[in-house]
Amino acid sequence: MSSPPLSRTLWIAFFVAPALALMAIFMLAPALAAFSYALYDWKAFSRGDFVGFKHFIRLAEPPYRGMFLAALGHNAITFLVKLTIQNGIALLIAYALYQRPIGARFFRGTLFLPVILSLVIVGYLWQLFLHPLFGPITLFMMDIVGLEQFAPLGDSRFALATTILMSIWRNVGFPTIVFLAGMNAIPDEIIKAARIDGANDWQIFRRIILPNLGPAFTIIVILTFIGAFEWFDLPFVIGGATGNPANSLDTMALMFFRLSFGDTSSPVTDVGLGGAVSVVLFAIVLAGSKFGADYLRKREVKA
Amino acid sequence: MITRALKAHTPFSMLLMGLLILNTVVVLAPLGVAVISAFKTTGEIMASPFALPSAWAFDNFVKVWSAGRFDRYILNSIIVTLGAEIIILVTSAMAGYALGRFKFRFHGAIYTLILMGLMVPAKLLLVPLFIQLKAMGLLNSQFGLILVYAAGGIPAGVFIMTGFFRALPDALEGAARIDGAGEWTIFSRIMLPLVRPQLAIVAIYTAIPIWNDFLFPMVFLSSPELKTIPQGLSVFFGEHAVDMGALFAGLTLAALPLVLVYLLLSEQFIKGLTAGAVKG
Repeated sequence: MSSPPLSRTLWIAFFVAPALALMAIFMLAPALAAFSYALYDWKAFSRGDFVGFKHFIRLAEPPYRGMFLAALGHNAITFLVKLTIQNGIALLIAYALYQRPIGARFFRGTLFLPVILSLVIVGYLWQLFLHPLFGPITLFMMDIVGLEQFAPLGDSRFALATTILMSIWRNVGFPTIVFLAGMNAIPDEIIKAARIDGANDWQIFRRIILPNLGPAFTIIVILTFIGAFEWFDLPFVIGGATGNPANSLDTMALMFFRLSFGDTSSPVTDVGLGGAVSVVLFAIVLAGSKFGADYLRKREVKA
Repeated sequence: MITRALKAHTPFSMLLMGLLILNTVVVLAPLGVAVISAFKTTGEIMASPFALPSAWAFDNFVKVWSAGRFDRYILNSIIVTLGAEIIILVTSAMAGYALGRFKFRFHGAIYTLILMGLMVPAKLLLVPLFIQLKAMGLLNSQFGLILVYAAGGIPAGVFIMTGFFRALPDALEGAARIDGAGEWTIFSRIMLPLVRPQLAIVAIYTAIPIWNDFLFPMVFLSSPELKTIPQGLSVFFGEHAVDMGALFAGLTLAALPLVLVYLLLSEQFIKGLTAGAVKG
């Protein structure tokens, strides 16, 4: 292609400039700055001396090592539970919707409704239902089921599992729609031919539908991974900046937030250490999605 | 279109139908109980948590509306979301048009930069943006928040629009050029009307997370009169710790605007929000 006339070049610059300028100022520049923050000492939000990798070393030593590993563990548990249970449920529901039952549009519409709700609303909704004294579910468990007490969000053994369940309740519609779109993209002729050859429903599901969902699985696994490792909103709404009870809801993102902006128990901030956490968090998410995507795409081709 | 359905009324299809009904109940029951509870007193909720209220009194809503400043929160959410959307739609349509229809120097570099923007997590930006907004005098300002949200939505907007502009046929543009139309006329009069449905997808895809976000308003806005719905709701919950009826009413009010829009546009919402994950 010959080089465009000058006026065309100016027009192109005019079209591209606003988007690029906004991105550069409010996204790319702060992103670059974020990486440097971990290399300095900070007094509140004013930058002090350059200290190299000091904050990363602090993160690898007690007391922060234990805190970080516990948070990372909660992120990992969340990922594994959502990967299997949330996406398993989604696959089942998608398969049910794929049969085009009566009322499919209604089922689809309700299923997706919680996905549009703010996580603040979702968190408070379930917190009210599980209120240790007045919550409808609590009252049901105590009066009808006969438990002495029922306060899963106040119990460090159950708080994480309960919060993950809330997250599944809110999000399961998303992978369902993605799987359903993947199923609908399979040509009907293939299914028809298999049926004429005598394949039963299970064989069609196992041998035709599942292998053809490869790309849908790749994107859902990656999105589940990113969501679980950047998990912040629900644990924050339920357990505050420290992930109460007893840090059982702590995540990497909560730890970063607490160090950067303080919390009710300690208003002292540690922006350098918080920066180190955010860089490690970003590296884990980037590396995980990159290797995950490469691995899963390779399997797609084989299947 | 053939029905791939299993024969109706086989045990297996009944099982799948049961699954769909169960799922609908699990989704709708909590929302229904929350709305019902909004009409009850705390005493009524305790006495019979799942029963209908003895009278459909709006006392809780009146209490919430007068105490909670929900009118202000809803207005603020509209200002911030609308402001960011106008910027996102205009700038993404322009940049998407240039990247999708023209070849030029730095084309590849600019497109790569946009794609990289899709990977940047909001949490990484939180502290640098806080410091930068403070330095620019845009902290505790709706305009500052709008610019931040706009920048956050632009990569997805440009990415989606570039794809659609690229797929448009060349013939229309060629005909307009022969007729002597200028660049801006071709863009605004010929190209833009063709991608209106796609602009709607970009709008939904980027607006819902902005409407629902509470991290950025919590960190960047401190004045009570600037708070958006999610942030206002958390203030309200802090102030009414044991008034269950009022809390459920606040929750209902906070969810209502978006749920109403969803009831009207659920198909567009589903399509828009899954735009990044579903092809075609």
